[in-house]
Parts: sequence; structure tokens; C-alpha cells
Amino acid sequence: MSDKKPISSVNDFVVRFANVNGSGSASANEMFARAILRHGVPVSPRNIFPSNIQGLPTWYEVRVTEDGHLGARGGVDMMVAMNPQTWDKDVAGIEPGGYLFYDSTKPMPSTKFRDDITVIGVPLTAITNSTYTDPRQRQLFKNIIYLGALSALLDMDPKLIEQLIGEQYKGKEKLLSSNVHALHLGRDWALQNLKCPIGLRVKKSDKVGDRIFIEGNSAAALGAVYGGATVCAWYPITPSSSVAEAFTAHCKKFRHDPETGKAKYAIVQGEDELASIGIVIGASWNGARAFTATSGPGISLMTEFIGLSYFAEIPAVIMNIQRAGPSTGMPTRTQQCDIIACAYASHGDTKHVLLFPEDPAEAFEFAAAAFDLAERLQTTIFLMLDLDIGMNHRLCRPLKWDDAKQYDRGKVMTAEMLDEGRDFGRYLDVDGDGIPYRTYPGTHPTKGSYFTRGTSRDRYARYSEEGSVYADNMQRLVRKFETAQDLVPRPLQANAERPTKYGVIYFGSTSPAMDEAIGLLEARGHQLDRLRIRAFPFHSSVASFLAEHDFVYVVEQNRDSQLRQLIVNENGIDPVRLVPIVHYDGTPITARYIAKAIGDHQDHLKVTPLRKAVS
Amino acid sequence: MTYIAKPKFHHPGLKKNELGYTHRDYEGKISTLCAGCGHDSITASIIEACYELSIEPHRVAKISGIGCSSKTPDYFLGNSHGFNSVHGRMPSVLTGANLANRDLIYLGVSGDGDSASIGFGQFAHSIRRGVNMTYIVENNGVYGLTKGQFSATADRGSKSKKGVTNTDNAIDLVAIALQLGATFVARSFSGDKSQLVPLIAAAIGHTGASFIDVISPCIAFNNHAGSTKSFDYVREHNDAVNRLDVLVGRDPIAVDYAPGTVQVVEQHDGSKIALRKIDADYDPHDRLGAQTFLARHAAKGQIVTGLLYVDPDAEDLHSHLNTVETPLNSLEADTLCPGSAALDKFNASLR
Repeated sequence: MSDKKPISSVNDFVVRFANVNGSGSASANEMFARAILRHGVPVSPRNIFPSNIQGLPTWYEVRVTEDGHLGARGGVDMMVAMNPQTWDKDVAGIEPGGYLFYDSTKPMPSTKFRDDITVIGVPLTAITNSTYTDPRQRQLFKNIIYLGALSALLDMDPKLIEQLIGEQYKGKEKLLSSNVHALHLGRDWALQNLKCPIGLRVKKSDKVGDRIFIEGNSAAALGAVYGGATVCAWYPITPSSSVAEAFTAHCKKFRHDPETGKAKYAIVQGEDELASIGIVIGASWNGARAFTATSGPGISLMTEFIGLSYFAEIPAVIMNIQRAGPSTGMPTRTQQCDIIACAYASHGDTKHVLLFPEDPAEAFEFAAAAFDLAERLQTTIFLMLDLDIGMNHRLCRPLKWDDAKQYDRGKVMTAEMLDEGRDFGRYLDVDGDGIPYRTYPGTHPTKGSYFTRGTSRDRYARYSEEGSVYADNMQRLVRKFETAQDLVPRPLQANAERPTKYGVIYFGSTSPAMDEAIGLLEARGHQLDRLRIRAFPFHSSVASFLAEHDFVYVVEQNRDSQLRQLIVNENGIDPVRLVPIVHYDGTPITARYIAKAIGDHQDHLKVTPLRKAVS
Repeated sequence: MTYIAKPKFHHPGLKKNELGYTHRDYEGKISTLCAGCGHDSITASIIEACYELSIEPHRVAKISGIGCSSKTPDYFLGNSHGFNSVHGRMPSVLTGANLANRDLIYLGVSGDGDSASIGFGQFAHSIRRGVNMTYIVENNGVYGLTKGQFSATADRGSKSKKGVTNTDNAIDLVAIALQLGATFVARSFSGDKSQLVPLIAAAIGHTGASFIDVISPCIAFNNHAGSTKSFDYVREHNDAVNRLDVLVGRDPIAVDYAPGTVQVVEQHDGSKIALRKIDADYDPHDRLGAQTFLARHAAKGQIVTGLLYVDPDAEDLHSHLNTVETPLNSLEADTLCPGSAALDKFNASLR
């Protein structure tokens, strides 16, 4: 018997599934999340999986959130404990008053439970064994059976789940009917043997609206299609592989010539990351829009070529789906830890453009924009996602495209322009913005050819080791980077309800947790202005924001507060005024964590809200 | 600078090819390599081959890595775009360039340090992908720019200029290219222009991955007694399997070498290679035979030169990828972007 009142909550709770990698549970768990969405209730799911194919523990967490909080919350209200390996840890992680759902074919002794939780046993193995003889069927349908039981316990509409199964197995009638049968096996058993529903319930709502449910990697890949990428070279690495795989799928759908069936794209799985970025640079040099997708270890390998892209001024787009580093780090855990590595990648003096989308919708927009930026600036553009956005389904606004939009191919001198007598110097700054003109190979029989190299050269691309020539070129590259400030997405600022001397800067996948944390902090009496940085180089409004606040918290998911380092380095600001709030255990940062860290610091400063300022 | 008259000037009486270009139109900047460098002879052969084929110079993209050999694209086809990339990475850059525009001619120039060490992987993978290119390794068995270290193609037992004996086994790039599925494989010697020029011309005409390993003695660091990449050593140990002309649907090109039996091989683009066979048993269409032939002669210390293997029906990477005929770099938004209506449909599928 519980010594604490069971949690009672409608459309606001967290369910976590503890499974074994390779057990086939992923599709059933995702179907659970989608089914709640079909009730009109927002969800925020997250995969927590090992760097392993089969056998190790894996978790899938679904945050049911009518208020629309899409960041991880922390804590578990209901644990679906299907993995004996992690039983103790899973049981310990349940919130007081929470629920434990388990396979009670072999009932656990009471010592394996807690007094402050409600235990729900369903004899899943017994049910499957009495229904199916094939071992694989027993394993797979057990997942659907527990989905059915959960639907009864959480008061979900089975028709909506049947609808999803129907969509998933469209045209495969046998699979469809057997899955629906398994669903009802579990549901009926629960209705007949358990008290349904429990305190946690799903009630139909209308809070999803027209939002879509998509992984960031898929959205970014689609952005590459819309952005006109025709060449993709990649090397498999977690958590970025699904970018290239999604690009392949999107291209097969959208990029085949209807008459000939031929492909209007080329995708090459390189032999390594070095070849992948080399192919991208070669294709971009020759006038195609090209990209690669990788993660931290790939960036390390690509840095030589990234330096070439910077110095020889060749467009390139790199999608970096960050994971926990350094070295191999934690390949399946999320972090925002490649900020410095990408901002200053390669030897010598370099600076690169970074884009920080907050969700799949921005991943789509920024991915498409990255190709315009790469060609306009003739340099490498990094799209900085992370595993939390890239490999998790996220609810976001629908993807939008303006059909009037034209690609910005940058400063390309054509044969006609050359024939007009325009002076072509590959590295001439004719417009004062640091960006020179380029020509594509094959443009003109006698004019406009040049030799691309990573060695120093003069404004007409002639090899030169003259110090003044080298310095002139390096200064132009600085001018170009300054030009980039006004081309990249600007930061978005949101002010507190009352005037405050305190601000917070954050970026990327931290966004939903930050949005929620602001509410928690306000409830604690702390007012903060917010600035979400969306790109590097930093727009001038970043410096203004810093100047307007006594202290600014910089919230990020790495150990060394890398964005803060970059801000200090690029703005010459006193580091004391930038307070690092870091989270780096590989799990997504939560609103609770942010609110506690900032709240504790504010309390320590004895900060009180500026009530007198309110008239 | 063996074949290049410098400084550059235009004599009105210079012979012109079918497009009206003279040799001068295929030249580049003055070489900064050591006088007598074998690489300059290869440069001259490239110029000669392009002249004979009446290639539009600006329709060639010449791409290299880093090293003495990789400097050479600056010395030919001055009106074409060149790319001196990074050490050993020429193949990937060339692959990307080729994917972007299948209509240009791609010349990849590399060295033994570039291709057999740091770039060994990229060499291998560009070959096995069948990138439509002419991949020339200017092979001197030594690192010239860093003054005399052995490269991975230096033969075991050969001596450096300082007298050090190489104890590592050599990598034979020709053997590797054959094994990896290159559809045009040849070896030549920088000092044998009559053999090298038609080989380069044939390689350019070939659709698919063409590989030519050119032994090119380093005059400064690897042209001494004890070196197996010296002029004298190569001349003494060279065993040519064939001599060839290239016919591009025009009159045969006259070349100066001993007559023999002739075998005409039609290539994918319609050009024909006329093989003048020295060894009556040698069949350049037999990949396995070529591998055996090469190994048998290598065991005897012989350097086999000539066209070792060609597949006249070869396909290239674009064929494998089934890409459109229009170069990818010239496709515009109207054919690349699916548009908002398709996006709305996509959005609807995600709810």
C-alpha cells in the first residue's frame, strides 16, 4: 500500500519506458507518443539509448504536456519497467506518488517495490505466450500488448491508436489486424483486472493545432533539398547519420526527373569524413550546392579542409549534430560541446559562421539558408544541431517556404561579365564588404580562370609570400566576417515583465527548457530578460544586451561554457559579468535544472525583484 | 622543362590544331621545379596530349594535392581552373568537382607521397568509384620538397641520396589500381614522351577512372646510383608491353616508335586506341592477366610500361548514381525546390 497519495494529473505527466535495445519496443513506444498527440495533447518524447545494437538498456521518455513545454522536465511519473537489468534504478527514479508498470508473469517480491508508489502488474509474458507461438512474435506483440494496457490505464481512446496502426500498416492487412488484436488483448486484460483509469489521464484537447511532429535531422535534410543542395557526401556517425539517410529519402521523393527517372542530386558515402568534406569543397568550388553531416569526431577530422575553405574561400555547409565529447565521448548522448571547435576550426587565424536552430522548424529554415550564406560569403557554414533536436521527434510549427524565393548564388562573375571587361581578381574586394567575385571552372576560354590554393596569394590569386600581401588578405577576411554579422539570423530578445538588471543568454536545443524555466523563476520572484542567440558571428545586439545588464547568465550544455568563452573573446567583456550555467551529463537540460541553478545564484546575490521600478 | 620553350611568345607560324589553338594555348606558368625534373616532362606530355586532342583548354579542371607534382598544374593549361588542395586529398576534391559538372575534363595530378601515403585511401576510393578522370601520379619515390625522405613507392633496398637503404616494401599503385577496378591502367616513364603522350590522350578519352603511374626521377634527391627511380635505372629496366596511338575520328597521329602489330580499341566516347603490341600474348582487356603480368615482371626487377588494362565499355560514377545529363551546378531553383505545395503536403503527413 502506498503511504503517499498517488499522483493525479490530466495531460501533464511523464511516462518512461525502460526496454532492452533490440527488443522492438521503439515503434510501440513512439506509437504511444503519437496516440497522445492524436488526442490533441502536446508531447515531448526523447530517446535515451546506448551506443550498442542489442542487449543494453534503452529508455524512451514521453512528456505529456498540455501547457506545451517541450523541454525535458526531469523526474518520472510512470515507469514502464520492461528491463530487469535496470529495475532498481528505474524504480528509484519514480516520483513519490508515481506509478510502476511491470510484467507480473513472475510477480516481484514486495521488497523490490517502494511504499510511496502504485504498482501495476500485467502478466504480459503469460498473455503473449498463450496467444503466440513464434518467439519473435511474442517479443514484438508484447510491446503492443503493454501499449493496449496503458491505453486503458491512462483513459486513452483506442480508436485513435487503431487509426495510427492503420496508417502504419496501410496495405498490409495481416499486420494491421494482428497489431489491433494485440492492442485489445492488453487493453481488455487491463479493463477486466485493474482499476482503470489511474490518476494519470489523457483527455482530449485542442492544444496541438497545426503543429507537426518531426525529427530535427529529417527537417534539416529537407531544408537542404529546399535550399538547392545537389551534392551530399557523408560518412556514417551517430547522431548525424539520419541526416544523410533522410536527405536520400527526400531526394528520392522530390528530386527525380519525371521523364527520365534520373537523379537531380548525387549522394556519396565517403570513405571517411576527410573525403566527405573534400567532395563538398570540390563540388562547391565547381558551383554546386553541397553539404556534409557529421558530429564532433568528424569535425576534428575535417578541420584541415575547413581551414582551406576559409582561406581559399570556397563555400561549404556542414551540419554538425553534436554529441557528448571529447574524443569518442558518449556517442548517443546530447551536448552543445563543439562551439569553440567549430568557431575556430583549423590552424592559423580562422573564424567560421555557426547557426543555432532551436527546433526542427528552424533546422529546416537554417539548413536552407546555410546554402545561401555559404555562397554569399564563400566560406564554411556550420549548422549546429545536437542529438536532442536531431534524433528526437519534436513538436514544432509547420515548415514554411516562400515560392518567390530565389537562391542567392553570391558573387559569381559570368562569361558575359568578363566580356564586358570587368576586372576580375579572385580576391579583389570590389564592393568593400570583404567578399570577392569568383568564377566557375569552364566559364570563359581566355578570361576568369585562376588557381585555387591554400597558400598565400595576392588579390589576383597569384602565389605570394609577401608579408603585406598576406596581411591584406587576412584583413579582408575579417571584413568579410563582419559582413556576415548582418546576414546571419539575428538574436531574439524577450524581456521580463518588470525591468531587471539580469539577463540570460541561451541557444539551440536549450530553448524549450529555458522558456519553461523563466516561468519557474518568475514564480520564485526572479525576473530575467532573455536573448536567444541564433548565430555566430554575434550581431551587435548581443553587445547591447550585455551592456544593458549587470549580470548575464549563459546557459549551455557543455562543461566549459563554450558560448560564454566565445562571447567574452569576441566582445571583450569582463568575464565576471557572464555567469555560466552548464549542464553536461549527456541528458538534455531541464527547466528544473536551469531554474534551480539561476535561482540559487540569484538568491546568493540576494537579488530582489525591482518592485520600485514598477509604477 | 624538357619540352617547353620558355619564355613564352607567340610565333605567327606556330602549328594549330583543329580548334585553332597552338601549343602555347596549352601552356601555363614557368615551372619553378628543378631543371631536369621529370615532372616537367610530364607537364609537356600533358600539353602535347591536350593539343593533339584539340581540347578546349578552359574545359579542363586540373586538381592536385600538395608536393612537387601537385605544383605542376600551374604549369599547363593556363586558361583552365586549377586547384592545389591539401596533401593527399586531390581525389575527393576532384570527385566533388566532377559530381558538380560532368561536362568538364578532370585531370588529377598527384605524387607518390601524395597518393601512396597520406592520400592512399582517397586514391583507392576514387578509383573504385569510377570517377571519370585522368589520375596521373608523378612517381619519383621520394619527398622532394622536404628534401629526400623515402616515399611509400620507394623500392625495398633502394638507396637515398644520403646513402640510407629503404627497408620497407614498396606500394605498387598500378597493381592496386588494377585490383580496385580502374578501367584504364597504365604506367609510363617521364622520359618516354612517345609512349606517354598517347597514353595521356587515351586516358582523357576514356570514360571512367583512368590511372597512369609515371616514373619521374627526382633530379635533386633520387637520381643517383642505388635509386630504382633514377633515369638510368628505369631506362635499363623498362619493359614496354605496347605502344599506342590515339585516333579521335580523325587522321592517325604520327608517332615515332618501332612498328608492330596494331590492335584498335574503341573507347566509350568513340575515340580509338591503337595498341602496337610488343608482346604478342599481351591482352589489355584481361584484368587478371594484367595483374599476373605485372607481378611476374616485378619479380624480375622489370618496370612494365604501357597500357596494361582498359575496359572500353566502362561506366563512370555518374552512371552509377544515375544522375541527370545536365550538370548539377547548372540546375536552378525551379527544378531543385519542391515548392510550398509539396511542403504543405509533407507537413500534413507529420500530424
